[in-house]
Amino acid sequence: MTAPLKQATWSSPEPVRTASFYEASARTRLDLLLDAGSFVEFIGPQMREVSPHLRLFELPEQFDDGVVVGRGRLAGSPVFVAAQEGRFMGGAFGEVHGAKVTGLLRAARDAKSVPVLMLFDTGGVRLQEANAGELAIAEIMRAVIEARLAGVQVIGLIGGRSGCYGGGGLIAGCCSALAVSEQGRIAVSGPEVIETNRGVDEFDSRDRALVWRTMGGKHRRLLGGADLFVDDTVQDFRDAALTLLASGGSFGIENLQAEQERLAQRLRSFGACEDAVDIWAAEGIADAASVPDMPADQFGVLAERIMGASHDAR
Amino acid sequence: MEDLSFNHEVRMRARGTRQTAIIGVVASGNLEVLVERILPDGECTLEIKTAAAGFGDVWKAVVGDFIERHSPGGLKLSINDGGARPDTVSLRLAQAVRLIEEDEQ
Repeated sequence: MTAPLKQATWSSPEPVRTASFYEASARTRLDLLLDAGSFVEFIGPQMREVSPHLRLFELPEQFDDGVVVGRGRLAGSPVFVAAQEGRFMGGAFGEVHGAKVTGLLRAARDAKSVPVLMLFDTGGVRLQEANAGELAIAEIMRAVIEARLAGVQVIGLIGGRSGCYGGGGLIAGCCSALAVSEQGRIAVSGPEVIETNRGVDEFDSRDRALVWRTMGGKHRRLLGGADLFVDDTVQDFRDAALTLLASGGSFGIENLQAEQERLAQRLRSFGACEDAVDIWAAEGIADAASVPDMPADQFGVLAERIMGASHDAR
Repeated sequence: MEDLSFNHEVRMRARGTRQTAIIGVVASGNLEVLVERILPDGECTLEIKTAAAGFGDVWKAVVGDFIERHSPGGLKLSINDGGARPDTVSLRLAQAVRLIEEDEQ
């Protein structure tokens, strides 16, 4: 019996990744998503690059301004990563927060061969620094497109408590591909915003079932807005990121034209529908009303059947 | 907002070699603690920015208790507080010290 009694402690063992993506913090998500011990942060909290605006509003800052950016490895290959912390100011984009994401995407554009994973968890622009936040959204959208034109895949992973709203929804729409869990709502205007502007008859923000089936991950997958539907574990998001990275295609004007045609066709097909359930029924799902309660694995199979594999229009 | 600062002499240096660690999030009833090993072994400093003004006495008591229990020599703890309760603060401080005392990966 000469076998060593214990493994060498310096080779980080791969962690168990069954933790809920939804419940985890941005830092925990990255720690678990990437290969163990591979994450290196850019502009970490010890640099104290905090918002220059929040203090004026008597609001507390966060040392990373609500987003963690850096590099790491995914199944051995290098990736750039950005993870928003949805619990700090709703994961909203401020000036520094946005600049960190823009800088990461430009680094990816210049590196050309390293893909980017964006872990969205955001309500949109931070109202206290709205002008800077809006500019940040525009800069990030441009940076996503520039990175993609340079041959870089930008993959969005959406399953956080703040969902992916406002400018976050716009940026997600610019990504190469998206993976979403049921909790990962994707939209531009949030439920309260729609109700405030158009009235409760248009959208009752307190009707959680309505919110979920209109903006939640299942509907986004069935509309073609997201390319993969995943269960709410970090392992599932990791597997989805690997799948989407492996299926990447080219990007150019023909992709945008194909996407425009897909969206026009979608409007022609479903423009008269009153509710998400009507759309699912029109897509040929026999028992459309059962979709919200369907377990993730079962739904994944259904979505693949209805939508086919990723159309790669975007 | 209120800024508070505490400087204590402590008996023992915090264990481990990690230079920095961070725990928590700035949200209502929560806080983040950034801990850095940048002071002489016999000192510990806490710098607090809190959204809830007027609770200096409570912070003083919580910090005193923390210093007594953990002996965090050599550490500077920087706190952004979203109005956390004292028990949450104690928990986060203990987590921060435990993190920086872990072996580096």
